[in-house]
Amino acid sequence: MKRQMTGAKMVVQALKDQGVDTVFGYPGGAVLPIYDEIFLQNDIRHILVRHEQGAVHAAEGYARSTGKPGVVLVTSGPGATNAVTGLTDALMDSIPLVVLTGQVPTFMIGTDGFQEADTVGITRPCTKHNWLVKDTARLADTIHQAFHVAKSGRPGPVLVDIPKDVQFATAYYVAPAQAKTSHYQPRLKGDQDAIKALVEMIESAERPVFYTGGGVINSGPAASQLLRELVEATGFPITSTLMGLGAYPASGKNWLGMLGMHGLYEANLAMHGCDLMINIGARFDDRITGRLQDFSPNSRKAHIDIDPSSINKVIHVDVPIIGDVGHVLEDVLRLWKAGGRKTNAAALSKWWARIEEWRKVDCLKYRPDQKTIKPQYALQRLEALTKDHPSRYICTEVGQHQMWAAQYLGFDDPNRWMTSGGLGTMGYGFPASIGVQVAHPDALVINVAGEASWLMNMQEMGTAVQYRLPVKQFILNNERLGMVRQWQELLHGERYSHSWSESLPDFVKLAEAFGAKGILCKDPADLDDAIMEMLEYDGPVIFDCLVEKHENCFPMIPSGEPHNKMILGENVDTKNAIKSGGAVLV
Amino acid sequence: MTELKIKKGSSKHSAYDLRDPNAAAEERHTLAVLVENEPGVLARVIGLFSGRGYNIESLTVAEVDHTGHRSRITIVTTGTPAVIDQIKAQLGRIVVVYDVHDLTVEGHAVERELALFKVAGQGNDRIEALRLAEIFRANVVDSTLESFIFEMTGTPGKIDAFAELMRPLGLVEVARTGVAALSRGAE
Ligand SMILES: Cc1cc2nc3c(=O)[nH]c(=O)nc-3n(C[C@H](O)[C@H](O)[C@H](O)COP(=O)(O)OP(=O)(O)OC[C@H]3O[C@@H](n4cnc5c(N)ncnc54)[C@H](O)[C@@H]3O)c2cc1C
Ligand SMILES: Cc1ncc(C[n+]2csc(CCOP(=O)(O)OP(=O)(O)O)c2C)c(N)n1
Repeated sequence: MKRQMTGAKMVVQALKDQGVDTVFGYPGGAVLPIYDEIFLQNDIRHILVRHEQGAVHAAEGYARSTGKPGVVLVTSGPGATNAVTGLTDALMDSIPLVVLTGQVPTFMIGTDGFQEADTVGITRPCTKHNWLVKDTARLADTIHQAFHVAKSGRPGPVLVDIPKDVQFATAYYVAPAQAKTSHYQPRLKGDQDAIKALVEMIESAERPVFYTGGGVINSGPAASQLLRELVEATGFPITSTLMGLGAYPASGKNWLGMLGMHGLYEANLAMHGCDLMINIGARFDDRITGRLQDFSPNSRKAHIDIDPSSINKVIHVDVPIIGDVGHVLEDVLRLWKAGGRKTNAAALSKWWARIEEWRKVDCLKYRPDQKTIKPQYALQRLEALTKDHPSRYICTEVGQHQMWAAQYLGFDDPNRWMTSGGLGTMGYGFPASIGVQVAHPDALVINVAGEASWLMNMQEMGTAVQYRLPVKQFILNNERLGMVRQWQELLHGERYSHSWSESLPDFVKLAEAFGAKGILCKDPADLDDAIMEMLEYDGPVIFDCLVEKHENCFPMIPSGEPHNKMILGENVDTKNAIKSGGAVLV
Repeated sequence: MTELKIKKGSSKHSAYDLRDPNAAAEERHTLAVLVENEPGVLARVIGLFSGRGYNIESLTVAEVDHTGHRSRITIVTTGTPAVIDQIKAQLGRIVVVYDVHDLTVEGHAVERELALFKVAGQGNDRIEALRLAEIFRANVVDSTLESFIFEMTGTPGKIDAFAELMRPLGLVEVARTGVAALSRGAE
């Protein structure tokens, strides 16, 4: 049965038919007809944010923690431009989003109309795809396509720009089943010969390592399960990027910890010294590879990735496998089990012995302090007091605290860790925590923040309070742009140009001003009680944890250096840590 | 702690030594990109090249299948083999791109370009221009007492060669279409 309806109603109908339960948004003139339709129904919940950037990050948090696309609705012009940072963030981290923007009516496009912006032009490089819909008859179909593109293959953000006259006009609604099938159908199954080659490499490897990434999370919980089986079956050590934490449990016995610039010593040395590297859904980011010529010089490399452009982009691999992690791992495991295959046990135990030596370095040790809270200590206590919570979700902002969170918190499940990796967007974590809490009302959602990052989207306190979202804002307050300060110490002769946070608000009063709870803690002796108070409070909390102001985040591979040139924390001489050649790198 | 003593303008400050000194040589490739003919598709392709710093030597685009809404973009680009592979993979990621063919790899493609040359001159130069045009099978499509416009199709190399010959004979302006290309054979 075909139904006629207005474009605005179509938008809401299409969202319902796509199974959307939540929209993050902010109204304005160019989307008023859609807001009218939202008002007239109860199936879709609209969360009113305080800034469009917040809407997009909230949708990212929602998406990353559920595996479903996050949906955003904003107005034309400034509404759309405010969404740009979030779109770029989602593109870099492969987060599926469907963003709907209002636009001036079609007959005014190009006239510099009020709140007109070339939204599809501006967002073309920061979306996976975008559409300007000029005809109501094509609106529903386009929205269905948008969901298909956002979710398929390597996920990403898409945007549909909808002029106001298209929202008012009527046409026949097209249901998802009737929508035009898209030619966009990325391949999921890997090449069988390549998979066979990988299995044979696994059999003969002497010093193997799994290097896993966000692609395992993108592929869904089943992929994480298969990964665990494969690690179990082979007994190989496994490390992960920042984006892949939780795919293999941090409590698992083969876990080496995160790798990369601020990754663990044992993980990086295993990458450097391996003879077989199996990259599963990671993209050889520069935070991982360091100096390219010296990256894992003696290994053969296999790479499973759904996006052909990720293959051989920066590192040449011997066995590329284009496909979805879940599908490929299923085939690998089937082949492995069918052949009654065995790994090289003798070599493997020697390899593990070497790894144990590296582990003994205990690269995360730091100098404890009786009087000041060390940020590492704060996170260790947070971990101890929350890790047994049945549904804990952690978000972060960007900076040192983010790296410490990755180092000191353990994730045993996928989709529990939300962080801005590729773009490194300060201001991501707070709104993301709101999105996670909306999706999981009963969960414990903590945003580990730096005070500077947190201030970037602090207006979202209003959202948290309005919707009674009990998000815990755990701010490691060093009164510094800590990560910037660290680089200035290491690289710019300790000239701390504009890297401190002056005139900070009183966070307790700030919380109270919004109708939330504030907790201040500055003494290590009070920390546990203060954290418990935060956990027990049923509502949003700002936890102002005053920490050591000059702590550096180690281990660290200075930019432009190879993996085996890490600087460790204890007694380091940070002088000239970064060579001049590395100075041009970020 | 002392500061790093890096002289201003010092070459040590450069990332040059971080690049691969053994980088492969650049190659020239002709790519045929079949796209959905929708608004903005050319901007997507061009934006990809400018955004990622790839070269475009020539680019042509036109609808080739009206009912199927398909256009064909022919791009001549240069890069190391790894960069060429990246370009193809990146083009393939664009949602409205159906197919990417590397005509340079798929076998010697037929490549043609159309060019118009305005040549102004008198006396012997004018005669010589006309004679050379005949050798190159260029047609005269406009003539005045002081000038000709020649029209020629051929490979980019042939057009370059003709332009070189016309230069001393009074070449005023050249307009070129960019390369159109098809792979040889029945497929
Ligand atoms: C201050 C700061 C410091 C950082 N330091 C570090 C660090 O020390 N260590 C670190 O690891 N990171 C670090 N990062 C993060 C880093 O910048 C990158 O974001 C991260 O390393 C990329 O992770 P990834 O390789 O897993 O790729 P992602 O960005 O998660 O990409 C996923 C890859 O998997 C593929 N893929 C997606 N879906 C599928 C599927 N279904 N099947 C198969 N493949 C799929 C994609 O095509 C892509 O290639 C830091 C970030 C910041 C802001
Ligand atoms: C939007 C944005 N602007 C600037 C930066 C550069 N930057 C990276 S980390 C950092 C400092 C972060 O300070 P804070 O949030 O207090 O965290 P800390 O490093 O002190 O833990 C800055 C400015 C960024 N990542 N994002």
